[in-house]
Amino acid sequence: MALVFIPSLMQNLSNGEQRVSVEGANVRQIIDNLDSMFPGFKNRLVEDGRVKPNISVAIDGEITPLGMIEKVTEDSEVHFLPAISGG
Amino acid sequence: MTTADYERNMVLATDTDYKVIGTRPVRHDGADKVTGRAIYGADFDAAGLLHGKILRSPHAHAKIISIDTSKAEKLDGVKAVVTSKDFPQSESRKDQWLKDNILASDKALYAGQAIAGVAASNPHVAESALGLIEVEYEVLPPVLTTQEAMASNASILHDSLTTEELGEDTGVVSNVASHSQHVKGDISKGFEDADVIIEREYNTKTVHQGYIEPHNATALWSPDGRLHVWCSTQGSFVVRDSLAELLDLPVSMVRVTPTEIGGGFGGKIPIYVEPVAALLSRKTGAPVKIVMSRRETFEASGPTPGSQIKIKIGAKHDGTLTAAYAWMAMEAGAYPGSPVGAAVQCVFSTYDVENSTIDGFDVVVNKPKTAAYRAPGAPNAAFGAEQAINELAEKLGMDPIELRLKNVAKEGTRRPDGPVFGKIGAKEVLEAMRDHPHYQSDKAEGTGRGVSIGFWFNIGFDSACNIAVNKDGSVNLTEGSTDIGGSRTSIAMHAAEVLGIPVEDVRPSVVDTDTIGFTAVTGGSRTTFATGWAAYEAAQDVKKQCIERAAKIWDVDANGLQMEDGVISSKSDSELRMTFKELAEQLSDTGGGISGSASVNPSGVGGSFAGNIADVSVDPETGKTTVERFTCVQDVGKAIHPSYVEGQMQGGSVQGIGWALNEEYFMNDEGTMTNSSLLDYRMPTSLDLPMIDTVIVEVANPGHPFGVRGVGEANIVPPTPTIANAIYDATGKRMTQLPMSPGAILSVSPE
Amino acid sequence: MPAKTYVQTTINGEHVDFLCEPRQSLLECLRDEIGLTGTKEGCNDGNCGACTVNIDGRIVTSCLVLGVEAEGADIETIEGVADGSNLHPLQLAFLENAALQCGICTPGFIISSKALLEQNPNPSEHEIRFWLANNLCRCTGYDKIVRAVQDAAKRLQEA
Repeated sequence: MALVFIPSLMQNLSNGEQRVSVEGANVRQIIDNLDSMFPGFKNRLVEDGRVKPNISVAIDGEITPLGMIEKVTEDSEVHFLPAISGG
Repeated sequence: MTTADYERNMVLATDTDYKVIGTRPVRHDGADKVTGRAIYGADFDAAGLLHGKILRSPHAHAKIISIDTSKAEKLDGVKAVVTSKDFPQSESRKDQWLKDNILASDKALYAGQAIAGVAASNPHVAESALGLIEVEYEVLPPVLTTQEAMASNASILHDSLTTEELGEDTGVVSNVASHSQHVKGDISKGFEDADVIIEREYNTKTVHQGYIEPHNATALWSPDGRLHVWCSTQGSFVVRDSLAELLDLPVSMVRVTPTEIGGGFGGKIPIYVEPVAALLSRKTGAPVKIVMSRRETFEASGPTPGSQIKIKIGAKHDGTLTAAYAWMAMEAGAYPGSPVGAAVQCVFSTYDVENSTIDGFDVVVNKPKTAAYRAPGAPNAAFGAEQAINELAEKLGMDPIELRLKNVAKEGTRRPDGPVFGKIGAKEVLEAMRDHPHYQSDKAEGTGRGVSIGFWFNIGFDSACNIAVNKDGSVNLTEGSTDIGGSRTSIAMHAAEVLGIPVEDVRPSVVDTDTIGFTAVTGGSRTTFATGWAAYEAAQDVKKQCIERAAKIWDVDANGLQMEDGVISSKSDSELRMTFKELAEQLSDTGGGISGSASVNPSGVGGSFAGNIADVSVDPETGKTTVERFTCVQDVGKAIHPSYVEGQMQGGSVQGIGWALNEEYFMNDEGTMTNSSLLDYRMPTSLDLPMIDTVIVEVANPGHPFGVRGVGEANIVPPTPTIANAIYDATGKRMTQLPMSPGAILSVSPE
Repeated sequence: MPAKTYVQTTINGEHVDFLCEPRQSLLECLRDEIGLTGTKEGCNDGNCGACTVNIDGRIVTSCLVLGVEAEGADIETIEGVADGSNLHPLQLAFLENAALQCGICTPGFIISSKALLEQNPNPSEHEIRFWLANNLCRCTGYDKIVRAVQDAAKRLQEA
């Protein structure tokens, strides 16, 4: 199962859990399964079927440009971060 | 000035097995740019051109009661006047904020905010007409700093603004637009374990990107319903998409042609005058050009924020960092969107610290809406964090570079914001600094020396590239990335390397939004990385087709052929050999031309670290700091064109030196900028500076075919703390405010 | 609209006459009336040097000169620096030393540097920095510009 790191500002949804093991082969499934374990996550992360524009998903240290369809493996780490761009 | 008995611009290359990559050709657009022939935005002309000017709010915070444009409309030569009422209705609060920053509707939120636009037969008439527009304001008290804005009794800028926490609306009406936070380990335990703790607050002022070319745009809204805009922008597609959104048009009804651009550094990502020119063109049926003045560029484009930063770090006697805490509030300006989210992710990223907590607050104030500026947010954060590290080194009696090396982040280090670093070059940068002749030399009498290091993520995003083969063996390369500093050539070098042809045989063009696939902004240090990657893929596509064509001509299996150094040959039959040029001549007769294309949105961006060594002297009487010697070291992954990589490092360093020593928006109590000219907003001149020595470190980025990491931004992160640390070394004064101007230095006592 | 004045000048060795309003700057006249847009506007108040031209042997910021003041003047702009299709050694040196990034300040720097080398064929680094202090460049940090001027001085002396 992939290891999802719960951001400190979302740990109110995970009963204080900082890291949660979640089933899923892609980001969409991870978020769906996380939401069924701890309702509210999907609402915080997803808008119109896509990752919210102000949030980035990092899989194994890399911000993914693929959003919900990015593949996740059994030993992946998943992070939700504020989105940034640059100058 | 030091005499150079060493290489002033070193390249510590790891991979030299290239023909084109790593060479220093003359740029393709060079002749046009040294002869005055290159067409920048303000140079664009069209038959029947009208000139637009914009009326701006004199107040930093005011309700707009009424706008009467009737007298202006009657002035001879005036063709049209527009206000926010000319925009289509907004669907959301954010949509309305975007429009209000172009033309204010109910409230002016900074001095300089646009109120109305006028088009006239010449710019002087348009200017005169502005004086005839009557605006009634109800002036409100301005909120000018994060401290004022976050106070419990603060005047509220937006009645509808509530604080957001990573996707959650807290429902609290406030000037704090968002709070972000990263927690790693246990910060309390980390400080309990510390033998030494350093804690301070730092403050920085609003500064501007300072590009020499003011914002400009020409718009023609054609009778067929299509809008065509020519402008200086870092991203033609961003302009297209923003215009489509604001004007409620499908993107296909907007065409944006990027002109040559006179600098941007992040500031030419947002749109300002483009929609006003478009609305004026729709009203008049004529092309309308608007060029900002320098004052408008300062007061009404997007600077980078002033900020308030608290840093607390703890370490063991042996130098091991045990805890790091940062609290940062950044001015978003009039509407939400400061770069604090990036700052919280960069502030301690150089270090492997077990316990850290970082809080960031995006705060609206009555100043221009901030825009990106080169590694946005990171220099503010580094100004605090990297001074704290030097203070710690002093307390521990350690060399500041050795202390950094002891704690440096490496591949596999978990960042304070959670993810684990891939291959990075922080250690290699610090080692190159330590070993540099500058650091190894004795300081000159009366000077102080400072060091620091900074980090920037870089970004990937979309890029597209097309390559078509000409019959003389050259190729036409089209791409959509604004060339702001030689990127046509660095991108062309990717294609030349793959095809094995001289870069002079690649003809790169930056084309409009109708002519190339979606390409994101020239920003985030992404252009050479991502558009270069698209060129690499498009060239691979061409190469594959060339091999297939040769196979067809020779009637052999393509798998038995190869193309290297511009020659297609058989792996088994030495008779079968043809140059790329010979093949190009016969394409038409053998099945038609060859063109390749690619669109990419790569991950594997690879962050960049930059470090500085600076020697300064401080005049004890006047407080004036002189930079005597300055070295910039940066991990660039692979330098495609080393001269332009050095140029980025030198340019970023000098912008950082300006930020450190001179630059700031002086705001009076009413919230009006009082130094909005280039005389009073004092950017560094040639006379203020020494040569800027460079060391290009190459820790190849495994995420890019040639190992590229973006180089444009990380170099502006370390200069402010480096200069602060050097001033401390020279004077014993710990400077906690930017800029470290003569007056500021005189007002601080040595520690 | 104010009446226009008839102005006769020499620009880049050619006789050029134009009409301008009394309030128009020489910069405006060069760009909008004559079509020589190589001279750039960065500030319109004499502080950035992007609009530098040479008038009768002196470098001036053309935004601070009125068009009508150019009557009888001999003006050199960036368009007149190359000898036909042969670039001036300064232009070559700027290209080969990568002394430009965005290029908006480059015309002003080349006009200023050319006047320097005409007066002082072998300037020191300090003399170059002092002379060019009226031209702002935000991209390069000046290092490569100073080196390009040093390189051009060498080329001109060898020629």
